[in-house]
Amino acid sequence: MSSAASLPHDAARQHVSGSARYVDDIPTPQGTLHLAFGLSSCAAGQIKSVDLGAVRACPGVHLVLEAKDLPHANDVSPSAHDEPLLADGQVHYAGQPIFLVVAESHHLARRAARLAMIEIKAEPAILTIEQALAAESRFEDGPRIYTKDTPQSAMDDAIHRLQGQINLGGQEHFYLEGQAALALAGDHGDVVIHSSTQHPTEIQHKVAEALNIALHAVRVEVRRMGGGFGGKESQGNALAVACALAASFTGRPCKMRYDRDDDFIITGKRHDCRIDYDVGFDDSGRIQALEFTHYFRCGWALDLSLPVADRAMLHADNAYDLPHVKINSHRLKTNTQSATAFRGFGGPQGMVGIERVMDHIAHSLSCDPAEVRRRNYYPEMTSKPAARPSITPYQMEVTDFILGDMTESLLQRCDYHARKTEVARWNARNALLKRGIAFSPVKFGISFTLTHLNQAGALVQIYTDGSVLINHGGTEMGQGLFQKLTQVAARSLGAQQAVIRASATDTSKVPNTSATAASSGADLNGMAVQAACDTLISRLKDHVAAQHGRKPEEISFEEGQVTAPGLSLTWQEVIASAYEARISLSATGFYKTPEIAWDRIKGAGRPFLYFAYGAAVTEVVIDTLTGENRILRCDILHDCGASLNPALDIGQIEGGFVQGAGWLTTEELVWDASGQLKTHAPSTYKIPACSDRPEVFNVDLWSGQNTQKTIYRSKAVGEPPFMHGISAFLALSNAVAACGPEYPDLQAPATSEEVFNAIGRARASTP
Amino acid sequence: MNMSFLLNGKSVSAAPKTGSETLLDYLRLEADLCGTKEGCNEGDCGACTVIVTGQDGVPRPMNACILFLPQLQGCTVRTVEGLPGPDGTLHPVQEAMITHHGAQCGFCTPGFVTTMAAAHTTGETDFDAALAGNLCRCTGYAPIIRAAQAAAHVPAPSWMAERPEAPALQSRDDIFCPPSSDELAQWYARNPEATLIAGGTDVGLWVTKKMKDLGPVAFVSHAEDLRQIHDEKDILRIGAAVTITNLMQAIRPISASLHQLFSRYGSPQVRNAATIGGNIANGSPIGDGSPALIAMGARLVLRRADERRKVDLEDFFIAYQQQDRQPGEFVESIELPKAQDRLRCYKLSKRFDQDISAVCGCFNLEQEDGVITQALIAFGGMAATPARARKTEAALCGKPWSLETFHQAKSAMAEDFTPLSDMRASAGYRAKAAGNMLIRYFHDLQETPVNIREVHP
Repeated sequence: MSSAASLPHDAARQHVSGSARYVDDIPTPQGTLHLAFGLSSCAAGQIKSVDLGAVRACPGVHLVLEAKDLPHANDVSPSAHDEPLLADGQVHYAGQPIFLVVAESHHLARRAARLAMIEIKAEPAILTIEQALAAESRFEDGPRIYTKDTPQSAMDDAIHRLQGQINLGGQEHFYLEGQAALALAGDHGDVVIHSSTQHPTEIQHKVAEALNIALHAVRVEVRRMGGGFGGKESQGNALAVACALAASFTGRPCKMRYDRDDDFIITGKRHDCRIDYDVGFDDSGRIQALEFTHYFRCGWALDLSLPVADRAMLHADNAYDLPHVKINSHRLKTNTQSATAFRGFGGPQGMVGIERVMDHIAHSLSCDPAEVRRRNYYPEMTSKPAARPSITPYQMEVTDFILGDMTESLLQRCDYHARKTEVARWNARNALLKRGIAFSPVKFGISFTLTHLNQAGALVQIYTDGSVLINHGGTEMGQGLFQKLTQVAARSLGAQQAVIRASATDTSKVPNTSATAASSGADLNGMAVQAACDTLISRLKDHVAAQHGRKPEEISFEEGQVTAPGLSLTWQEVIASAYEARISLSATGFYKTPEIAWDRIKGAGRPFLYFAYGAAVTEVVIDTLTGENRILRCDILHDCGASLNPALDIGQIEGGFVQGAGWLTTEELVWDASGQLKTHAPSTYKIPACSDRPEVFNVDLWSGQNTQKTIYRSKAVGEPPFMHGISAFLALSNAVAACGPEYPDLQAPATSEEVFNAIGRARASTP
Repeated sequence: MNMSFLLNGKSVSAAPKTGSETLLDYLRLEADLCGTKEGCNEGDCGACTVIVTGQDGVPRPMNACILFLPQLQGCTVRTVEGLPGPDGTLHPVQEAMITHHGAQCGFCTPGFVTTMAAAHTTGETDFDAALAGNLCRCTGYAPIIRAAQAAAHVPAPSWMAERPEAPALQSRDDIFCPPSSDELAQWYARNPEATLIAGGTDVGLWVTKKMKDLGPVAFVSHAEDLRQIHDEKDILRIGAAVTITNLMQAIRPISASLHQLFSRYGSPQVRNAATIGGNIANGSPIGDGSPALIAMGARLVLRRADERRKVDLEDFFIAYQQQDRQPGEFVESIELPKAQDRLRCYKLSKRFDQDISAVCGCFNLEQEDGVITQALIAFGGMAATPARARKTEAALCGKPWSLETFHQAKSAMAEDFTPLSDMRASAGYRAKAAGNMLIRYFHDLQETPVNIREVHP
């Protein structure tokens, strides 16, 4: 069946031949103008004076705008209306846009933007978690707290106690295509926007607010992004709004793309954070009580920080059935880029917290860390009656847990126990180099935690030649969503894959869409496409039945053949005759996720429809003289339910692991004492390169299906595999632990320097 | 200035108004070839990779974002649009990238397939090395490597073979393309304020990032004699415009360790453009070439008009961004002693490939009858210039070749260097890691395993 075939990405041929167009490649009308922002060099302060004379005098500059020139809303926030497009009196981070240059070329605009004379009266900047706590600089009134049962008394009764702390660095998305937008002014004050965005509807809203026009006057089109990873959920708003404003002022097409350094300096990144833990456990390593405190550095504006920090809390349990838990979460406001969505959306941070606790417990008991994890797992879905109550810290029952079986299978496949022994033997022989091996599981909740976002629409149109165009609310950022959805349509319609194409995402075709985020793209839009196809197939069956004197249920559509006993027609014949019979060949479909309900203040309910699972074993080697390290091997077993396209899913898993491992190893964001980001280009910010992937890299899909009625029983795959990267971090911790008796207390990112420091800590008590 | 070159097999002409118009801008804005992407605009991501074939007929990947048009005279350029055959047949690496799901978002893909096609043509099969200059954020690289391996079994298509014509060099007094070092010397003496551009991998960023107007420029790599390496018995004489790629070939028989160090210098794209003369002359404290060459006892030949003088490389670096080079004077060649059996070079950076060193330590010790007779140790990243560790050397010389000696010498290093903290490493870590490199050197020469890259699963 085509819906489970490993077909290539729908634009694979265009990708490899360079003909796939991204925003900056779209041929533009003559007279197109180009934009650049002038940025604040100061992290916090009051704008005293802005002299843009030299900017305006630059040849080729058409227009320069400041906050005071904006006719309507000066806001590009996705949430709290607290993010002005252009700074209004006050600057909140180094890199904040203060003015906008509109010029004849990209280079002219960038050059001119540097000629401004801006005087800012600097104020003390709040940069660190500690500074923010001291100043009570936070979003929301105080920490969010989720509690399950009685952690305090359980902690007092615990046999063993451990406390610790882990710092987790942020992460730059480093989508290869930087942020970009193009605005074309139309009739009636309408505007068409091409944007590299995961959220066309939000672009539509922000542009409409900025121009003070109705939503129907703004059309946003997204054919593809050159990578998103969450970094284009809200961060494209500023460019699209700027282009729309400039187009409205000048009447000319306006385009903006960030130079890579500007992209780093202006846009938000993954939240960095600190997690404190206090855990009580028994002799077997089974957790008896646990308290986490999350400190999230959210940056200067709210953006999506609340749901991000919430999702961290929702993954503080990961795969473990924690009896008594308290999770505190502080959302701190700092004079830095406004941290934003990034693959996993807080989940990875929450999950590192609990995996760190498992690692620490196993070290303190000298137990096999994989075994300690298994002892703490939720009960297996198949175990009846349930061995233990399986309620998350947020009061949701876990009914689909399969990690017990998956773990056993993975550990056997990768020969974990024998390799662990061999690693120990190897380490005994090698004084300077040490190896480490670690296992980690993933249980990731699927659904937007803001319940109303869990809806999607689709529009499916069949043309008279039998070709089919599907439109839906999801955006293509490389994940293969469009191909998955054409496969869903082919299977739902019983048409051949070749006649189906997905169109660019377009707010005028499917309205009121949610961001393509939370791994939900195929789940939500797949069901919507299927619903539209079901409507069409029902009409077509009625038509064929009426025309040929059959019952609709006798008629079968499969692979482009329409058959019934004694009847055989082609898809094209049926479509042509349906058209002549005046059957509507266009239908919409709609889907909303059932059964979910969530109260984020109480921390109770069912935020997720289901969980996606996975497990990984990673082996590394470190150099004790310098802390240099590398990943030797990684084995992953991952649950995609009944995969819609195994090749595309494996691609997400391989890519997710490497990106996750990058976050926890080489990717280090460094700000200086004045709040300037010092790592703002690939020369200084190091995402994994080719040779950083595991030398041996085995990825398998778990054969199973979703217990929930998702699209063909598949599971979401965008974010969950990112967290397999945690196994690389734990393997480094394991290798460092081979250097001395103390717990390495490894911090993230585990750069060579951090691994070197951890070796020192592990050896602390040795002479 | 009018110039022409072969672009995807067709002759095109370009009229750069300044010396700093990049190939990437030409392709995307003038030639309507938008397949080549801008990812970082500084030569660090490879999204803009094109294949450049020079007079030697070897196709080489280079970063179009920091290639200036005048550099391309006498070359052919092939972009992603030029990889398929005349009838539209995809190149084998393009087919393999589809079959093996090597593209996800597709934005890095044109750069990957051009790099892969160049490697495919030359028969290169060390794909980690060949693709070290191409970043992908989606795939985790595994399917790309599978594609490269699969395509390696398919013969190179005939249309990929090309050899550029050698038209007369077009030049202008402010965009000077000297055919020889003699002409460069005369011109530079007349224009001592001018900027000399060799590979452009550093000067390129002055343009793309600092948006600097360069004024008069000379593209020195056109001077054929500056691109030569002469084997002169005990030394190699290396022309200043020899690319790192070409230098690596000459170095391989002399020092495997230096060859390995150079294999981590930038990326293939960068090494194909960057020159050893440029690497030395810009005086960066973190360039990898200089510490190694200092530890080898290299000397520079400096030239102004017809006057030449020689200077030990270590003495060329006076202070931060200040070198012993007079107005109108340029690095003409490097004299490199060939006996380098005991040289070891260690590079420490956040990422193994294509990263700038936090510390680059190069060690070259001689011993006789178990006693250290000579020590040459040079570091990058530890001071304002590449510099010798003279106190450490002194602590080693005359001492027995033993771990104890090395540990004692290591403590002397604190007197040699007071490194800085920056985004690459803290001062303390630099100091400790540099000291431990000395210990590593001892173990390395004892053939104790010290290299994590030689550990395999």
